[in-house]
Amino acid sequence: MAMKKKHQRLVLALIALVAVIGAGLLAASALKDEAAYFYTPEDAKVKGVEPGKAIRLGGMVVGGSLKKQADGVTIAFDVTDGKAVVPARFTGIAPDLFREGSGVVAEGSFDRNGTFIATNLLAKHDERYMPRELEGMTYNATSHEMKAQ
Amino acid sequence: MKRWLLWLPLVLFAALALMFIGRLRQPDDGLIVSKMVGKPLPEFTLPQAASDRPPLASSEFARGRPRLLNIFASWCVPCAAEAPQLEALAAAGVPIDGIAIRDAREDVDAFLKRWGNPYRHIGLDARSQVQIALGSSGVPETFLIDGQGRILHQHIGDIRADDVPGLIAKWKAAQ
Amino acid sequence: MIAELGLAALWMAAALAALQLLFSVLGLAQGKAELLSGVRPVAIAQGVLVLLAFLCLVALFWRSDMSVALVALNSHSAKPWLYKFAGAWGNHEGSMLLWVTVMGAAGAAVALFERALRRDTHMATLGAQAAISLGFYAFLLFSSNPFARLDPAPRDGQGLNPLLQDPGLAFHPPTLYFGYVGLSVAFSFAVGALVTRRVDALFARAMRPWVLAAWVLLTIGITAGSYWAYYELGWGGWWFWDPVENASLMPWLAATALLHSVTVLATRDALRAWTVMLAVVAFSMSMVGTFLVRSGILTSVHAFAVDPERGSFILALLAIYIGGALALFALRVGTVREGAQFELVSREALLVVNNLLLTVILGVVLIGTLYPLMTEAFGHKVSVGPPYFDRIAGPLALALMLAMVAGPLTRWRRDRAGVVGGRLIWPLLAMLGAGAVLGVLAHGRLSLLSFFGLVIAVGVALGSVIPLFKRNLRRTPLFVYGMVIAHLGCAVSIAGMASDSAFTTEKLIAMAPGDRVESAGWTLHFDRVAPLAGDNWIAMQADVSVSRGGAKAVLHPQSRFFTSPPTTTTESAILTRWNGQLYVVLGEQLEDGRWQMRIWWKPFVTLIWLGGLMIALGGVLTLIGRERRGWMLRLRKGSAARGTGEEWA
Repeated sequence: MAMKKKHQRLVLALIALVAVIGAGLLAASALKDEAAYFYTPEDAKVKGVEPGKAIRLGGMVVGGSLKKQADGVTIAFDVTDGKAVVPARFTGIAPDLFREGSGVVAEGSFDRNGTFIATNLLAKHDERYMPRELEGMTYNATSHEMKAQ
Repeated sequence: MKRWLLWLPLVLFAALALMFIGRLRQPDDGLIVSKMVGKPLPEFTLPQAASDRPPLASSEFARGRPRLLNIFASWCVPCAAEAPQLEALAAAGVPIDGIAIRDAREDVDAFLKRWGNPYRHIGLDARSQVQIALGSSGVPETFLIDGQGRILHQHIGDIRADDVPGLIAKWKAAQ
Repeated sequence: MIAELGLAALWMAAALAALQLLFSVLGLAQGKAELLSGVRPVAIAQGVLVLLAFLCLVALFWRSDMSVALVALNSHSAKPWLYKFAGAWGNHEGSMLLWVTVMGAAGAAVALFERALRRDTHMATLGAQAAISLGFYAFLLFSSNPFARLDPAPRDGQGLNPLLQDPGLAFHPPTLYFGYVGLSVAFSFAVGALVTRRVDALFARAMRPWVLAAWVLLTIGITAGSYWAYYELGWGGWWFWDPVENASLMPWLAATALLHSVTVLATRDALRAWTVMLAVVAFSMSMVGTFLVRSGILTSVHAFAVDPERGSFILALLAIYIGGALALFALRVGTVREGAQFELVSREALLVVNNLLLTVILGVVLIGTLYPLMTEAFGHKVSVGPPYFDRIAGPLALALMLAMVAGPLTRWRRDRAGVVGGRLIWPLLAMLGAGAVLGVLAHGRLSLLSFFGLVIAVGVALGSVIPLFKRNLRRTPLFVYGMVIAHLGCAVSIAGMASDSAFTTEKLIAMAPGDRVESAGWTLHFDRVAPLAGDNWIAMQADVSVSRGGAKAVLHPQSRFFTSPPTTTTESAILTRWNGQLYVVLGEQLEDGRWQMRIWWKPFVTLIWLGGLMIALGGVLTLIGRERRGWMLRLRKGSAARGTGEEWA
């Protein structure tokens, strides 16, 4: 089993190379499945997202669409980017800044009926935090309103 | 083969560094510049916000001298942070007017007493209407208005010490 | 005056660092012994001066000298003394000064106490250390002077932000910083060894204490940061794979690998090139982490003051140091003689497996963290979250754990597979037993990852103490205990993670005061909710009586509203029992008067951080055990040699 003296270092170097490449391939294969792509409601409608695929959905909460369910912890609302509307649902404690007319980035996936089941709602913490994905939309930090340009 | 392998870490690192450089060179996309820059100031008349300063109206601006319009609030931490810089600008002869957002007179008085008062006029914008009309998305923000009442420049966020010379230069250039 | 004194000391320290670099480079290039003999005193003087500069800054914060801009912006005369003190490094300029101070002090320590290393390697190391310090001095003096005055001075400072007044925030960043600096010393040793082509066991022994100390501090920092996020964010999770968290995890992964490979080099004189490479990678990762956090090119849930200009500066330093070191590596390592050989079945080989797995995990985390940046270049907007990291890093970490069982039970240089197998029989049986028990008891309720996590934790726990069997426990060296405790800590931590993800019960309901709810055997009674005022916040505080069996307690989760700046935070309430934690969060009030309440019962979740602390303790024991003899020897040698005035040749 002894490795030849001359070759041991080369073998180790090659193993290291294989490890680096392996890490890259492993990452690439997992990223293909697990990276959550960002969709606006229009993207979601036009491109279509298969049910169960983890994505982020960003837009604004349509005024008048926010409804609390009887259990007190589930909310239903519509997300729009001004071009398309997607129904969404979230069970949990919504962030403080989440309200009708506010911008939202929701993490989750679509169910078979086309409703977006959010597992997490991202809220704005900072006075002028803007999720990079929402570039091209204008956001008013005072009124918490977001408009598609 | 082996020689080539030894340079591989450096090549990988160089790729990483290039990516970082590319990302750094992109402008900060968290800030939204107002569409109002280059356009005339929207018309407004605001009530008095501080006990010892006159109220502010848009008509103050079209009088031939460029002025700074500072949007602030007594509840805003960065506004307190920029107070020394506003004092420095006022000391350099730049006229500064203020709009206090969603504020109350006693709070503004306390704030100015605490942090200094570089303003000539201060208007109270209790419901942020003028702020929205200006296309300002937060506090503090500072606008440079020329002698004809046009918005020349918008400074987003607090004014840091190293921003002061640039603002003075812009103000002088506007004369 | 203090500010001017501090600035002068800083300038002088920077000049001495330049001198230190010059002496070292010229002395080595021209072989001039008189130049080289100047390096040590200069390094010591530099350490003293930069320490003086830092103490000046601390004094300024202590006295609340508002004529200094940094103090005025970050402190307030009414601040509690602890935060006045911590305010000195709770900002960009101060933290950079702290960094360079620790680096200067570490350089002085290397100059003073390192006796075993060959002289030329020692001098090259100090030269490399000076080169790194110089970059940070330039950064401080030219772009972030901490001693700049304000004229006129304000009457009081602005830094009364209560959100930043948290003991965790006061001590968490410096802990990580100290760890990063320790890695920079290891990096300097690696560069020094490359310069003189002396990559050998002596070099590894000189570098090892710095790696160990850095690794211990990083371990503590990560453990504390994880617990902070757990109780402060109120999301019930303890690790979010957030860029800021990954930025501290990546140097830790590299340091862990380095720690093991440097032991191979010190003990067996093998893995020479690889150890040098890892030292470079470990320091690179700490710089990359700092860069990612400070430049703001990745968005994170943790707020940081970001500044693209500072990002550029850190990036420039990163490019010079790491690029230079990697180029030196490529040029020199081919001429470093190959180290000792080892067989395929040997502790060395298993440590190679450890290193490879850690490297792959590091690569996977790095790629996942940077992937959003890469795709953005092609116009796709992407976020990479826990599903990715859990899926890849989880199995790899478990494979690493398996190697951890076998490693300490295998002999150095060569061993026989059959014999190693025999030693592994008990851990294997324990894992089979645990697997069978879990399979019967929790059939279908466990995810694959948590199942294997628990099973392997049992194996690692047993395997890690086997090295103590049949040994005279009194005569067992301290570093063996260190290894055993650190490995045991890994088992404890993994068990906590697996238990948390497998057995946590969560309940999310709307409750009115007077309501009662059952969850995981606990009875929770929502007694009332009442307003409460703090210094600068008002809160709605709920009283929740909880009981299980005979145990009773009242928890007080809050929903806090801060007035300036207007923000709402949830303050979770946590009840710790020996077998887990009850975690209660108060949400918002509904129109009908009910309140949202989120309740978790997390069995054995505390093991996660207990394991982290055990790992750090193991590191401390190893450090003492390995270095104690060297320290004694140096002390004796030092006193013996004092008469001649030349302690080493």
